[in-house]
Amino acid sequence: MDFQFIVRVSPMFVKGAWLTVSLAFWGLVLSLTIGLFCALVRYWRWPVISRLAGVYIELARNTPLMIQLFFLYYGLPRLGVLLEGRTCAIVGLAFLGGGYMAEAIRGGLTAVSRGQIEAGLSIGFKRFDLLRYVILPQALAVSLPAITATCIFLIKETSVFSIVALPDLMYVAKDLLKEGHSTESNLLLVLSYLVIILPVSLVFGYLERRVRFAGFGD
Amino acid sequence: MLDSAISIFTAGRNMARIFEGLGVTLKISMISVLLSVLLGVPSGLLMSSKIRFCRLFFKLYLEFIRIMPILVLLFLFYYSLSSVFSINLPAMAVAILVFTLWGTAEMADLVRGAVTSLPKHQWESSRAIGLTEPQLNIYVIVPQAIRRLLPGVINLTTRMIKTTPFVFFINIPDLVKVAQQIVEVTGMKNLLASVWVYGLIFFIYFAICYPISLFSHYLEKVWQD
Repeated sequence: MDFQFIVRVSPMFVKGAWLTVSLAFWGLVLSLTIGLFCALVRYWRWPVISRLAGVYIELARNTPLMIQLFFLYYGLPRLGVLLEGRTCAIVGLAFLGGGYMAEAIRGGLTAVSRGQIEAGLSIGFKRFDLLRYVILPQALAVSLPAITATCIFLIKETSVFSIVALPDLMYVAKDLLKEGHSTESNLLLVLSYLVIILPVSLVFGYLERRVRFAGFGD
Repeated sequence: MLDSAISIFTAGRNMARIFEGLGVTLKISMISVLLSVLLGVPSGLLMSSKIRFCRLFFKLYLEFIRIMPILVLLFLFYYSLSSVFSINLPAMAVAILVFTLWGTAEMADLVRGAVTSLPKHQWESSRAIGLTEPQLNIYVIVPQAIRRLLPGVINLTTRMIKTTPFVFFINIPDLVKVAQQIVEVTGMKNLLASVWVYGLIFFIYFAICYPISLFSHYLEKVWQD
């Protein structure tokens, strides 16, 4: 174990981790937004858009992120759409995540019983209020475990971002291989990902225990 | 525009190489799924057993594998295994090893879920009608557990196929690596090479994974109890 090496390269890992976190954050926010929108569109069966959302969800869920990124980063510029690495990474993660989130949220939406909706309508809720106060709180509570799993999956998927030339954690580790301290740098790599993902996993675990009020109307 | 696509896919051995890459991708994922199922079933049974040490051990293992990106595990086994333990595994073996470690964890959790989700009265009523222990397992528990398990196993297969592109990083000539090499060679002359090649690979993955996940949905619906 070469501690001097570890001390020297630690700042690089901190920088890489920061990039990973910020990309993952924006990717997750967009994924949740897209996922919620697609799930609602499917839930309400809006004509045409619902179909399109269905096709999108299947495309996103059945192809690997790496190919999506390759296409965005190397394919699109040839068609006249030039995206920089950061944008590609976030767009790619949002494209993939949107599909997974839509499925996760849809599971919760279908679990809200008919009776809850009818009861809401009968006491005079308008459509938006019904969604806001009756459907979403129950649906999101039910789908929280699936959303958690998707979030962690998406953060793990950020590890491929070095293929679009972003200096994230994997990129730093790969770059340091040349220096021949693969054990030390891989150890730092594992530690960095633990520091990023473990808290997320713990916080979501806590949230899941807090919102077990769903299924109240059954 | 279309003739640029035709020129790429008919040139040299490009199409044949794409199929070879596909073969590598499928080989890695199929072997790993098979090994994961073989190792995951006993691990899952141990996980749902009453032995506390077993449960704790598998819980820790599962959590670690769940949290680490597969790519990190590939790096760990490909680069650090040789330098720390001086074990030199070929890239292909590392890929199968890592995917199996991951698949076993996922599979064990599926098995645990399937077994613990069966209501207790299944055991009790089987004993009440006088089934022996082996009969109880063969006629009552295993068939129901398999029903609950199979959609998850199929799902794991598609996830495995979608994760194989990571082997690109340890230089295995899978579908993605081959695509990248073809783009590198033809991209100079043919401006749209990257669009066509990556587009094709995108749809190859879709054409493989989509029917499998449809089948899994179908089983889930048919077997709902």
